[in-house]
Amino acid sequence: MSFAATVWLVMRKDLRIEIRSREILYTTLFFAVACVLVFAFGFVREGRALEDASAGILWIAIAFSGTLALGRAFDRERHNETLRALMLAPVARPALYVGKLLGVLVLLAAVEIVVVPMIALMFQANLLAHAWLMSALLVAGTIGFAAVGTLFAAMLVRARSRDVLLPILLYPITIPVIIAGVRGTAALLQAEVDVPMARAWLSMLVFFDVVFITIALWVFEPVMTE
Amino acid sequence: MDFTTVNFTEVSRAFGRRRALHRVSLRLNAGEIVALLGPNGAGKSTLLGLAATLLEPSSGAIRYDNQTARTGGSGLRRCIGLLGHDLFVYPELSAAENLAFFAGLYALDDISARVDAALERGAIAARRDDPVSSLSRGMRQRLALERAVLHDPRLVLLDEPFTGLDDAAVGALQARLATLRDAGRIVVVATHDLETIEPVADRALLLWNGRLETIERGAGSLRERYRMVGAAR
Repeated sequence: MSFAATVWLVMRKDLRIEIRSREILYTTLFFAVACVLVFAFGFVREGRALEDASAGILWIAIAFSGTLALGRAFDRERHNETLRALMLAPVARPALYVGKLLGVLVLLAAVEIVVVPMIALMFQANLLAHAWLMSALLVAGTIGFAAVGTLFAAMLVRARSRDVLLPILLYPITIPVIIAGVRGTAALLQAEVDVPMARAWLSMLVFFDVVFITIALWVFEPVMTE
Repeated sequence: MDFTTVNFTEVSRAFGRRRALHRVSLRLNAGEIVALLGPNGAGKSTLLGLAATLLEPSSGAIRYDNQTARTGGSGLRRCIGLLGHDLFVYPELSAAENLAFFAGLYALDDISARVDAALERGAIAARRDDPVSSLSRGMRQRLALERAVLHDPRLVLLDEPFTGLDDAAVGALQARLATLRDAGRIVVVATHDLETIEPVADRALLLWNGRLETIERGAGSLRERYRMVGAAR
Protein backbone atom coordinates (compact mmCIF):
# COMPACT_ATOMS: atom_id res chain seq x y z
CA MET A 1 0.00 0.00 0.00
CA SER A 2 1.36 3.40 -0.93
CA PHE A 3 2.42 5.96 1.67
CA ALA A 4 -0.23 8.45 0.53
CA ALA A 5 -3.01 5.85 0.58
CA THR A 6 -2.15 4.90 4.18
CA VAL A 7 -2.10 8.56 5.21
CA TRP A 8 -5.50 9.08 3.62
CA LEU A 9 -7.01 5.98 5.27
CA VAL A 10 -5.81 6.93 8.76
CA MET A 11 -6.84 10.57 8.43
CA ARG A 12 -10.26 9.68 7.01
CA LYS A 13 -10.83 7.19 9.81
CA ASP A 14 -9.95 9.80 12.47
CA LEU A 15 -12.17 12.43 10.90
CA ARG A 16 -15.06 9.99 10.48
CA ILE A 17 -14.88 9.16 14.19
CA GLU A 18 -14.69 12.86 15.06
CA ILE A 19 -17.66 13.77 12.85
CA ARG A 20 -19.70 11.14 14.73
CA SER A 21 -18.63 12.08 18.26
CA ARG A 22 -17.52 15.73 17.86
CA GLU A 23 -15.89 15.18 21.20
CA ILE A 24 -12.48 16.67 20.44
CA LEU A 25 -13.86 19.50 18.32
CA TYR A 26 -16.30 20.69 20.95
CA THR A 27 -13.90 20.46 23.91
CA THR A 28 -11.06 22.07 21.98
CA LEU A 29 -13.23 24.83 20.59
CA PHE A 30 -14.85 25.54 23.94
CA PHE A 31 -11.45 25.74 25.60
CA ALA A 32 -10.01 28.07 22.92
CA VAL A 33 -13.04 30.39 23.00
CA ALA A 34 -12.99 30.49 26.83
CA CYS A 35 -9.27 31.27 26.72
CA VAL A 36 -9.81 34.22 24.34
CA LEU A 37 -12.75 35.55 26.38
CA VAL A 38 -10.82 35.48 29.67
CA PHE A 39 -7.85 37.29 28.11
CA ALA A 40 -10.19 39.81 26.46
CA PHE A 41 -11.50 40.82 29.88
CA GLY A 42 -7.94 41.22 31.14
CA PHE A 43 -6.28 43.01 28.25
CA VAL A 44 -8.97 45.22 26.71
CA ARG A 45 -9.51 48.55 28.53
CA GLU A 46 -12.09 51.06 27.29
CA GLY A 47 -12.27 49.32 23.95
CA ARG A 48 -8.49 49.39 23.38
CA ALA A 49 -6.30 46.30 23.63
CA LEU A 50 -2.71 46.25 24.84
CA GLU A 51 -0.20 46.29 22.00
CA ASP A 52 0.74 42.79 20.77
CA ALA A 53 -1.73 41.21 23.19
CA SER A 54 -3.90 39.79 20.41
CA ALA A 55 -0.93 38.01 18.78
CA GLY A 56 0.07 36.37 22.06
CA ILE A 57 -3.47 35.37 22.94
CA LEU A 58 -4.08 33.88 19.49
CA TRP A 59 -1.07 31.59 19.82
CA ILE A 60 -1.76 30.71 23.44
CA ALA A 61 -5.29 29.65 22.46
CA ILE A 62 -3.88 27.53 19.61
CA ALA A 63 -1.19 25.94 21.80
CA PHE A 64 -3.45 25.13 24.76
CA SER A 65 -6.36 23.84 22.73
CA GLY A 66 -3.93 21.96 20.48
CA THR A 67 -2.50 20.15 23.49
CA LEU A 68 -6.01 19.11 24.47
CA ALA A 69 -6.74 17.81 20.97
CA LEU A 70 -3.46 15.90 20.74
CA GLY A 71 -4.04 14.02 23.98
CA ARG A 72 -7.59 13.05 23.06
CA ALA A 73 -6.68 12.04 19.49
CA PHE A 74 -4.38 9.31 20.79
CA ASP A 75 -6.69 8.25 23.62
CA ARG A 76 -8.83 6.70 20.89
CA GLU A 77 -5.98 4.47 19.80
CA ARG A 78 -5.35 3.44 23.42
CA HIS A 79 -8.83 2.36 24.51
CA ASN A 80 -9.00 -0.83 22.49
CA GLU A 81 -5.25 -0.98 21.77
CA THR A 82 -5.96 -0.17 18.14
CA LEU A 83 -2.51 1.40 17.94
CA ARG A 84 -1.08 -2.14 18.11
CA ALA A 85 -3.30 -3.17 15.20
CA LEU A 86 -2.05 -0.16 13.22
CA MET A 87 1.57 -1.00 14.05
CA LEU A 88 1.03 -4.59 12.90
CA ALA A 89 -0.40 -3.55 9.53
CA PRO A 90 1.98 -3.95 6.56
CA VAL A 91 2.29 -0.23 5.93
CA ALA A 92 5.06 2.32 6.26
CA ARG A 93 4.81 3.27 9.92
CA PRO A 94 5.71 6.92 9.31
CA ALA A 95 2.55 7.07 7.17
CA LEU A 96 0.54 6.32 10.33
CA TYR A 97 2.20 9.33 11.94
CA VAL A 98 1.42 11.60 9.00
CA GLY A 99 -2.20 10.40 8.92
CA LYS A 100 -2.66 11.17 12.62
CA LEU A 101 -0.90 14.53 12.16
CA LEU A 102 -3.21 15.57 9.32
CA GLY A 103 -6.26 14.57 11.37
CA VAL A 104 -5.10 16.82 14.22
CA LEU A 105 -4.33 19.65 11.78
CA VAL A 106 -7.85 19.57 10.34
CA LEU A 107 -9.28 19.84 13.86
CA LEU A 108 -6.98 22.74 14.75
CA ALA A 109 -7.87 24.47 11.48
CA ALA A 110 -11.55 24.26 12.47
CA VAL A 111 -10.70 25.83 15.85
CA GLU A 112 -8.70 28.62 14.17
CA ILE A 113 -11.57 29.40 11.80
CA VAL A 114 -13.61 30.36 14.87
CA VAL A 115 -10.88 31.82 17.09
CA VAL A 116 -9.17 34.13 14.57
CA PRO A 117 -12.30 36.19 13.69
CA MET A 118 -13.19 36.25 17.39
CA ILE A 119 -9.83 37.78 18.27
CA ALA A 120 -10.12 40.24 15.38
CA LEU A 121 -13.48 41.34 16.78
CA MET A 122 -12.65 41.50 20.48
CA PHE A 123 -9.18 43.04 20.16
CA GLN A 124 -9.97 45.16 17.11
CA ALA A 125 -7.05 43.51 15.36
CA ASN A 126 -6.96 43.84 11.59
CA LEU A 127 -6.07 40.23 10.89
CA LEU A 128 -7.26 40.42 7.28
CA ALA A 129 -5.06 43.31 6.16
CA HIS A 130 -2.42 40.82 5.01
CA ALA A 131 -4.64 37.77 4.83
CA TRP A 132 -2.26 35.51 2.89
CA LEU A 133 0.70 36.21 5.11
CA MET A 134 -1.41 35.79 8.24
CA SER A 135 -2.79 32.50 6.90
CA ALA A 136 0.72 31.29 6.07
CA LEU A 137 1.90 32.12 9.61
CA LEU A 138 -1.04 30.25 11.11
CA VAL A 139 -0.58 27.22 8.86
CA ALA A 140 3.19 27.00 9.38
CA GLY A 141 2.95 27.55 13.14
CA THR A 142 0.15 25.02 13.58
CA ILE A 143 2.04 22.41 11.56
CA GLY A 144 5.18 22.90 13.66
CA PHE A 145 3.28 22.62 16.93
CA ALA A 146 1.20 19.62 15.84
CA ALA A 147 4.19 17.80 14.30
CA VAL A 148 6.00 17.66 17.64
CA GLY A 149 2.79 17.14 19.58
CA THR A 150 1.67 14.19 17.46
CA LEU A 151 4.99 12.43 18.00
CA PHE A 152 4.95 12.97 21.76
CA ALA A 153 1.27 12.03 22.07
CA ALA A 154 2.02 8.76 20.25
CA MET A 155 5.05 8.06 22.43
CA LEU A 156 3.06 8.70 25.62
CA VAL A 157 -0.01 6.72 24.62
CA ARG A 158 0.74 3.96 27.15
CA ALA A 159 2.25 6.20 29.84
CA ARG A 160 0.14 6.39 32.98
CA SER A 161 0.70 10.13 33.52
CA ARG A 162 0.50 11.09 29.84
CA ASP A 163 -1.82 14.05 30.51
CA VAL A 164 0.85 15.62 32.72
CA LEU A 165 3.83 14.59 30.63
CA LEU A 166 2.53 15.81 27.26
CA PRO A 167 2.62 19.57 28.04
CA ILE A 168 5.85 19.17 30.04
CA LEU A 169 7.59 17.65 27.01
CA LEU A 170 5.76 19.60 24.34
CA TYR A 171 5.99 23.24 25.40
CA PRO A 172 9.76 23.55 25.89
CA ILE A 173 10.40 22.10 22.43
CA THR A 174 7.70 24.09 20.65
CA ILE A 175 8.56 27.39 22.34
CA PRO A 176 10.52 28.54 19.23
CA VAL A 177 7.44 27.86 17.09
CA ILE A 178 5.15 29.78 19.42
CA ILE A 179 7.58 32.71 19.69
CA ALA A 180 7.98 32.86 15.90
CA GLY A 181 4.20 32.72 15.49
CA VAL A 182 3.64 35.49 18.04
CA ARG A 183 6.33 37.78 16.65
CA GLY A 184 5.27 37.20 13.04
CA THR A 185 1.63 37.90 13.88
CA ALA A 186 2.56 40.95 15.96
CA ALA A 187 4.57 42.35 13.03
CA LEU A 188 1.36 42.30 10.97
CA LEU A 189 -0.87 43.77 13.68
CA GLN A 190 1.26 46.65 14.94
CA ALA A 191 0.47 50.25 13.99
CA GLU A 192 3.18 50.28 11.31
CA VAL A 193 2.92 46.91 9.62
CA ASP A 194 6.34 45.28 9.15
CA VAL A 195 5.84 42.82 6.28
CA PRO A 196 9.56 41.92 5.85
CA MET A 197 9.75 41.03 9.56
CA ALA A 198 6.61 38.88 9.28
CA ARG A 199 8.15 37.11 6.28
CA ALA A 200 11.35 36.48 8.22
CA TRP A 201 9.40 34.86 11.07
CA LEU A 202 7.43 32.85 8.53
CA SER A 203 10.69 31.55 7.03
CA MET A 204 11.78 30.53 10.50
CA LEU A 205 8.49 28.69 11.06
CA VAL A 206 8.89 26.83 7.78
CA PHE A 207 12.43 25.89 8.83
CA PHE A 208 11.11 24.55 12.17
CA ASP A 209 8.41 22.59 10.33
CA VAL A 210 10.94 20.91 8.06
CA VAL A 211 13.23 20.03 10.98
CA PHE A 212 10.46 18.76 13.27
CA ILE A 213 8.68 16.70 10.62
CA THR A 214 11.94 15.17 9.40
CA ILE A 215 12.92 14.16 12.94
CA ALA A 216 9.43 12.83 13.68
CA LEU A 217 9.36 10.69 10.53
CA TRP A 218 12.81 9.38 11.39
CA VAL A 219 12.11 8.42 15.00
CA PHE A 220 8.43 7.41 14.87
CA GLU A 221 9.02 3.75 14.02
CA PRO A 222 11.80 3.11 16.57
CA VAL A 223 9.96 4.77 19.44
CA MET A 224 6.68 3.04 18.66
CA THR A 225 8.05 -0.47 18.14
CA GLU A 226 8.61 -1.11 21.84
CA MET B 1 6.94 -13.54 1.73
CA ASP B 2 5.55 -16.67 3.35
CA PHE B 3 6.82 -19.11 5.96
CA THR B 4 5.87 -22.50 7.37
CA THR B 5 7.68 -22.48 10.72
CA VAL B 6 8.32 -20.05 13.53
CA ASN B 7 11.33 -20.77 15.74
CA PHE B 8 11.98 -19.22 19.13
CA THR B 9 15.56 -19.80 20.23
CA GLU B 10 16.42 -19.02 23.86
CA VAL B 11 14.11 -16.01 23.79
CA SER B 12 13.97 -13.87 26.91
CA ARG B 13 12.06 -10.68 27.39
CA ALA B 14 12.23 -8.27 30.31
CA PHE B 15 10.22 -5.13 31.07
CA GLY B 16 12.56 -3.08 33.19
CA ARG B 17 13.56 -5.36 36.04
CA ARG B 18 10.62 -7.69 35.57
CA ARG B 19 11.40 -10.78 33.52
CA ALA B 20 8.35 -11.82 31.49
CA LEU B 21 9.93 -14.65 29.46
CA HIS B 22 13.03 -16.64 30.29
CA ARG B 23 14.99 -18.56 27.64
CA VAL B 24 11.99 -19.85 25.75
CA SER B 25 12.71 -22.21 22.86
CA LEU B 26 9.81 -23.26 20.72
CA ARG B 27 8.96 -24.38 17.20
CA LEU B 28 5.58 -23.69 15.64
CA ASN B 29 4.63 -25.57 12.47
CA ALA B 30 2.16 -24.95 9.68
CA GLY B 31 -1.05 -26.94 10.04
CA GLU B 32 -1.18 -27.14 13.81
CA ILE B 33 -3.08 -25.53 16.64
CA VAL B 34 -0.99 -24.86 19.72
CA ALA B 35 -2.71 -24.12 23.03
CA LEU B 36 -0.70 -21.76 25.18
CA LEU B 37 -1.71 -22.18 28.80
CA GLY B 38 -0.62 -20.71 32.07
CA PRO B 39 -1.79 -18.60 35.00
CA ASN B 40 -2.29 -14.83 34.78
CA GLY B 41 0.99 -12.99 34.34
CA ALA B 42 2.83 -16.11 33.15
CA GLY B 43 3.97 -14.40 29.94
CA LYS B 44 1.41 -15.65 27.40
CA SER B 45 0.55 -12.21 25.99
CA THR B 46 4.25 -11.29 25.89
CA LEU B 47 4.99 -14.41 23.87
CA LEU B 48 2.20 -13.55 21.43
CA GLY B 49 3.46 -9.95 21.19
CA LEU B 50 6.94 -11.23 20.35
CA ALA B 51 5.60 -13.66 17.74
CA ALA B 52 3.56 -10.80 16.25
CA THR B 53 6.76 -8.67 15.94
CA LEU B 54 5.24 -5.98 18.16
CA LEU B 55 7.93 -6.62 20.78
CA GLU B 56 11.60 -7.39 20.36
CA PRO B 57 13.30 -10.06 22.45
CA SER B 58 15.72 -8.85 25.13
CA SER B 59 17.88 -11.81 24.10
CA GLY B 60 17.53 -14.79 21.81
CA ALA B 61 16.07 -14.89 18.32
CA ILE B 62 12.77 -15.49 16.58
CA ARG B 63 12.89 -16.71 12.99
CA TYR B 64 10.08 -17.12 10.49
CA ASP B 65 11.74 -19.76 8.29
CA ASN B 66 14.89 -17.78 7.46
CA GLN B 67 13.53 -14.31 8.13
CA THR B 68 13.50 -12.21 11.27
CA ALA B 69 11.12 -9.39 12.16
CA ARG B 70 13.79 -6.89 11.10
CA THR B 71 14.54 -8.46 7.71
CA GLY B 72 10.93 -9.44 7.00
CA GLY B 73 9.52 -5.97 7.65
CA SER B 74 6.05 -5.17 6.38
CA GLY B 75 6.00 -8.29 4.17
CA LEU B 76 6.27 -10.42 7.29
CA ARG B 77 3.66 -8.40 9.16
CA ARG B 78 1.22 -9.05 6.30
CA CYS B 79 1.42 -12.77 7.17
CA ILE B 80 0.52 -12.29 10.85
CA GLY B 81 -2.94 -11.94 12.35
CA LEU B 82 -3.30 -11.03 16.01
CA LEU B 83 -6.37 -10.98 18.21
CA GLY B 84 -5.24 -9.29 21.39
CA HIS B 85 -6.68 -9.25 24.85
CA ASP B 86 -8.16 -5.92 23.81
CA LEU B 87 -10.22 -6.06 20.66
CA PHE B 88 -8.25 -3.79 18.28
CA VAL B 89 -11.44 -2.26 16.82
CA TYR B 90 -12.81 1.29 16.97
CA PRO B 91 -16.01 1.46 19.05
CA GLU B 92 -17.23 4.60 17.24
CA LEU B 93 -17.13 2.94 13.81
CA SER B 94 -19.53 0.28 12.61
CA ALA B 95 -18.54 -3.36 12.22
CA ALA B 96 -18.36 -2.98 8.43
CA GLU B 97 -16.34 0.25 8.64
CA ASN B 98 -13.82 -1.36 10.98
CA LEU B 99 -13.29 -4.30 8.66
CA ALA B 100 -13.13 -2.06 5.58
CA PHE B 101 -10.54 0.18 7.28
CA PHE B 102 -8.24 -2.72 8.12
CA ALA B 103 -8.82 -4.33 4.72
CA GLY B 104 -7.64 -1.03 3.22
CA LEU B 105 -4.52 -1.00 5.39
CA TYR B 106 -3.70 -4.53 4.19
CA ALA B 107 -4.36 -3.41 0.59
CA LEU B 108 -6.78 -6.30 0.05
CA ASP B 109 -8.65 -6.52 -3.23
CA ASP B 110 -12.44 -6.57 -3.50
CA ILE B 111 -12.83 -5.08 -0.02
CA SER B 112 -16.62 -4.96 -0.12
CA ALA B 113 -16.97 -8.70 -0.83
CA ARG B 114 -14.36 -9.60 1.81
CA VAL B 115 -16.09 -7.48 4.43
CA ASP B 116 -19.48 -9.02 3.60
CA ALA B 117 -18.02 -12.53 3.83
CA ALA B 118 -16.32 -11.76 7.16
CA LEU B 119 -19.53 -10.34 8.61
CA GLU B 120 -21.42 -13.46 7.50
CA ARG B 121 -18.79 -15.76 9.03
CA GLY B 122 -18.89 -13.82 12.27
CA ALA B 123 -22.72 -13.88 12.30
CA ILE B 124 -22.87 -10.10 12.63
CA ALA B 125 -24.14 -9.20 9.16
CA ALA B 126 -27.48 -8.06 10.58
CA ARG B 127 -25.68 -5.46 12.73
CA ARG B 128 -23.10 -4.47 10.11
CA ASP B 129 -23.87 -0.74 10.22
CA ASP B 130 -24.26 -0.42 13.99
CA PRO B 131 -21.44 1.20 15.97
CA VAL B 132 -19.25 -1.41 17.61
CA SER B 133 -19.93 0.21 20.98
CA SER B 134 -23.57 -0.90 20.67
CA LEU B 135 -22.73 -4.56 20.00
CA SER B 136 -22.71 -7.23 22.70
CA ARG B 137 -19.40 -8.50 24.10
CA GLY B 138 -19.72 -11.72 22.12
CA MET B 139 -20.44 -9.88 18.87
CA ARG B 140 -17.44 -7.61 19.41
CA GLN B 141 -15.29 -10.65 20.07
CA ARG B 142 -16.44 -12.28 16.84
CA LEU B 143 -15.81 -9.05 14.94
CA ALA B 144 -12.32 -8.79 16.43
CA LEU B 145 -11.56 -12.35 15.35
CA GLU B 146 -12.75 -11.63 11.81
CA ARG B 147 -10.56 -8.51 11.75
CA ALA B 148 -7.56 -10.57 12.83
CA VAL B 149 -7.94 -13.12 10.03
CA LEU B 150 -9.39 -10.84 7.37
CA HIS B 151 -6.15 -10.87 5.37
CA ASP B 152 -5.79 -14.68 5.56
CA PRO B 153 -2.56 -14.64 7.60
CA ARG B 154 -0.13 -17.56 7.83
CA LEU B 155 0.41 -17.09 11.57
CA VAL B 156 -2.77 -16.62 13.62
CA LEU B 157 -2.22 -15.50 17.22
CA LEU B 158 -5.29 -15.44 19.44
CA ASP B 159 -5.28 -14.18 23.02
CA GLU B 160 -8.32 -15.46 24.96
CA PRO B 161 -10.52 -15.78 21.83
CA PHE B 162 -13.36 -17.56 23.69
CA THR B 163 -14.03 -14.63 26.02
CA GLY B 164 -17.68 -13.60 25.99
CA LEU B 165 -18.80 -16.20 23.44
CA ASP B 166 -21.95 -18.28 23.89
CA ASP B 167 -22.01 -22.03 23.25
CA ALA B 168 -22.96 -21.68 19.59
CA ALA B 169 -20.19 -19.14 18.98
CA VAL B 170 -17.66 -21.32 20.80
CA GLY B 171 -18.57 -24.23 18.54
CA ALA B 172 -18.26 -21.99 15.48
CA LEU B 173 -14.86 -20.74 16.63
CA GLN B 174 -13.63 -24.29 17.23
CA ALA B 175 -14.71 -25.21 13.71
CA ARG B 176 -13.01 -22.08 12.37
CA LEU B 177 -9.75 -22.96 14.12
CA ALA B 178 -9.87 -26.45 12.61
CA THR B 179 -10.44 -24.92 9.17
CA LEU B 180 -7.43 -22.64 9.61
CA ARG B 181 -5.27 -25.61 10.64
CA ASP B 182 -6.46 -27.65 7.65
CA ALA B 183 -5.56 -24.70 5.42
CA GLY B 184 -1.97 -24.89 6.66
CA ARG B 185 -2.07 -21.96 9.05
CA ILE B 186 -0.02 -21.80 12.24
CA VAL B 187 -2.52 -21.16 15.03
CA VAL B 188 -1.53 -20.24 18.58
CA VAL B 189 -4.30 -19.82 21.14
CA ALA B 190 -3.53 -18.40 24.59
CA THR B 191 -6.41 -19.34 26.84
CA HIS B 192 -7.63 -20.38 30.26
CA ASP B 193 -10.53 -22.33 28.74
CA LEU B 194 -8.87 -25.73 28.79
CA GLU B 195 -12.04 -27.72 28.11
CA THR B 196 -12.85 -25.51 25.13
CA ILE B 197 -9.45 -25.67 23.46
CA GLU B 198 -8.79 -29.36 24.20
CA PRO B 199 -10.90 -30.81 21.34
CA VAL B 200 -9.05 -28.78 18.69
CA ALA B 201 -5.51 -28.33 20.05
CA ASP B 202 -2.77 -30.49 18.56
CA ARG B 203 -0.46 -29.80 21.48
CA ALA B 204 -0.41 -27.74 24.62
CA LEU B 205 2.35 -25.66 26.15
CA LEU B 206 2.48 -24.35 29.67
CA LEU B 207 4.04 -21.02 30.55
CA TRP B 208 4.91 -20.66 34.20
CA ASN B 209 6.76 -17.62 35.49
CA GLY B 210 8.09 -16.97 32.00
CA ARG B 211 9.38 -20.51 31.49
CA LEU B 212 7.92 -22.84 28.91
CA GLU B 213 7.04 -26.48 29.41
CA THR B 214 5.30 -28.97 27.15
CA ILE B 215 2.20 -30.73 28.43
CA GLU B 216 2.69 -34.22 27.08
CA ARG B 217 -0.16 -36.16 25.55
CA GLY B 218 -1.33 -38.97 27.79
CA ALA B 219 -4.08 -40.25 29.96
CA GLY B 220 -6.49 -37.85 31.58
CA SER B 221 -7.98 -34.57 30.48
CA LEU B 222 -5.94 -31.53 29.54
CA ARG B 223 -6.91 -29.90 32.83
CA GLU B 224 -5.61 -32.91 34.81
CA ARG B 225 -2.33 -32.91 32.90
CA TYR B 226 -2.10 -29.13 33.27
CA ARG B 227 -2.49 -29.45 37.04
CA MET B 228 0.12 -32.21 37.20
CA VAL B 229 2.69 -30.16 35.29
CA GLY B 230 1.86 -27.09 37.36
CA ALA B 231 2.17 -28.97 40.62
CA ALA B 232 5.55 -30.36 39.60
CA ARG B 233 7.01 -26.88 39.12
